[in-house]
Amino acid sequence: MKKASAKTPLSLEELARHQSPDDAEKWDLRLYVAGQTPRSVAAFANLKRLCEEHLAGRYSIEVIDLMKHPQLAAGDQILAIPTLVRKLPQPIRKIVGDLRDGERALVGLQLRPAKN
Amino acid sequence: MHAYECRFRIGIISLKKRHSMSTIATSQISTADQSLPKAPTGIPGLDEVTNGGLPRGRPTLVCGSAGCGKTLLAMEFLIRGAIEFREPGVFIAFEETVEDLTQNVRSLGFDLNKLVRQKKLALDFVRVERNEIEETGEYDLEGLFIRLNAAIDSIGAKRVVLDTIEALFSGLQNEGILRAELRRLFRWLKDKGVTAIITGERGDGTLTRRGLEEYVSDCVILLDHRVNDQISTRRMRIVKYRGTTHGTNEYPFLIDEEGFSVLPITSLGLQHTVSDERISSGIPRLDTMLGGAGFYRGSTILVSGTAGTGKTSLATHFVNAACERGERCLYFAFEESPGQLIRNMRSIGLDLGKFVKKGLLNIHSSRATLYGLEMHLALIHKMVQQFKPDIVVADPIGALMTAGSGRDANLMIIRLIDFLKARGVTAMLINLTSGGDTLEHTAVDISSIVDSWLLLRDVELGGERNRALYVLKSRGMRHSNQLREFLLTDHGVELLDVYVGPEGVLTGSSRMSLEARERASVLAVRQEAERKERERQRKREALEAKIIALRKEFESEETESVLLASEEVNRRQRLENEQHAMAISRGADEANGDARPRRKLNSK
Repeated sequence: MKKASAKTPLSLEELARHQSPDDAEKWDLRLYVAGQTPRSVAAFANLKRLCEEHLAGRYSIEVIDLMKHPQLAAGDQILAIPTLVRKLPQPIRKIVGDLRDGERALVGLQLRPAKN
Repeated sequence: MHAYECRFRIGIISLKKRHSMSTIATSQISTADQSLPKAPTGIPGLDEVTNGGLPRGRPTLVCGSAGCGKTLLAMEFLIRGAIEFREPGVFIAFEETVEDLTQNVRSLGFDLNKLVRQKKLALDFVRVERNEIEETGEYDLEGLFIRLNAAIDSIGAKRVVLDTIEALFSGLQNEGILRAELRRLFRWLKDKGVTAIITGERGDGTLTRRGLEEYVSDCVILLDHRVNDQISTRRMRIVKYRGTTHGTNEYPFLIDEEGFSVLPITSLGLQHTVSDERISSGIPRLDTMLGGAGFYRGSTILVSGTAGTGKTSLATHFVNAACERGERCLYFAFEESPGQLIRNMRSIGLDLGKFVKKGLLNIHSSRATLYGLEMHLALIHKMVQQFKPDIVVADPIGALMTAGSGRDANLMIIRLIDFLKARGVTAMLINLTSGGDTLEHTAVDISSIVDSWLLLRDVELGGERNRALYVLKSRGMRHSNQLREFLLTDHGVELLDVYVGPEGVLTGSSRMSLEARERASVLAVRQEAERKERERQRKREALEAKIIALRKEFESEETESVLLASEEVNRRQRLENEQHAMAISRGADEANGDARPRRKLNSK
């Protein structure tokens, strides 16, 4: 069962669709970085690799450099850098870190159920 | 009694200690203030306790348990900074949304939206939700830094509040990163030159739950909210403050409709100026007892006595006299409502109502148990500061004992006295002593610090209870050592001499009957004296008559003796003449010895 933290309540069908990530849904991802640091470069590379492996062809990545646009940090409640925000499909998920642990990143993106 | 005396002495010693310490503290302030720049908070009392405010350009940790006022203190620091000191501020909230904050502070009379519009304040809510966040790999908190930086730069902020940054610990798992980043954050704040307040929840046995005090070490303020006997009191203490002296005690503070206020009363020294002016007690004969001129202005007067001895009436006289001089009086009644007090005092011919109407007198009634001691003290402070009275009456001060434990109440009353003295306000404290105690034992052991102490007692004699008054002490004047009978008449209080004689101290009708008896005996004595006088007169007259008679007798005797003497001379003359004639006739010689006696007789 998912936690209903999204602002718009979801119907049961939608919930069901979210639980199956392999459908042909559009994935909208945002990666927040602060300048061209080795860590943000690594994060982007890791993200690109994961998306190509699991979401080939149905994802878009927007990289936001907070050094250039500091006002954008408040909108998605960004604290840590780098942060990956899954805007779509809803609900919003956040993964902080350089995504070096692919497994955890997939769990975080809910592309894979959490292992016990 | 002995035990009491011991306690009393210890009390005096600790008082002296306290005062000498505060003198040292004040002498150090001036030097400390030059070395460390401070940002005034504008919060009443807090700047006095910290000797000028929080360390400028450095972070300060404010910690305390839930609901003790951390957020409010921080918010007021920003608001007052923005309004009073032209230092814009940034508030980063981790727990409350901006809307909630705005609403909460509006109830204290601050309009955050307006300040935000005027670019004096920036509010930002940082939400940390653990269930939304997954962590993988390395990260830092640059996002927070960027947001903070943007907020600071947008209004040129000089002050920053992070409330409470510990929320990060619940949102992010990697404590190693978090701690490193916090360290970096506080250093960054210092480099940025902003004066910051970091709040932290109090932990078990530690100042903060996450050990924030490890990072913020320049100034740590601890807020506390205690409930004793169902009455809550708020207290604050400066745990540390690097590079400056500060008040080290626990200071009570208040959160009321005007915000946060700290009562730095214990920081008061004994440097107040004293007045030589004397003010009337409102009772002429009492003034006479007090060196002929009444109390000193700015002194503290304790009136103690058992129930129904006329303490309130005495105080009302004092107030009445002051109001008639045009002075302002503040009357704290802990047991009577203003209406009741005015009605009751009308019965002894005092009309307080007209002074209330004129605005010279303010009677403030509140049950002692309504608030905690600190709240009472704060209330008195506030009212004194607002009303600016010349005279304050607290009736009865002992009622406050019920609002706190004995020690607390003593401390509070000492603080109150210090405070009033420092302002040059004459204070009359009324203290009810219970019947069982010795009269000199006040329920509140403040007798050593009051300047004048009037004691009212009842004297039970001949089936009557009568009131008596005496001046137990009065510093700096020659006061009467005598007991006076204290009468409540329909035109006010009257003091009469009591009868002191072989039958003891008599008051009331015993005094009157004794006075009558005395008057009768005085009359009898006078009559006796008059009788004796008449007797004497008569004797004198008799003696004088006798003297005259004797003198007359003497005179007559004297004339007789003169007569006799002249007769004798005549007789001798005659005899001589006869002898001479005989001698002549005999033809005796002139050279004969017979001529000599004749010559002798002639020369006589």
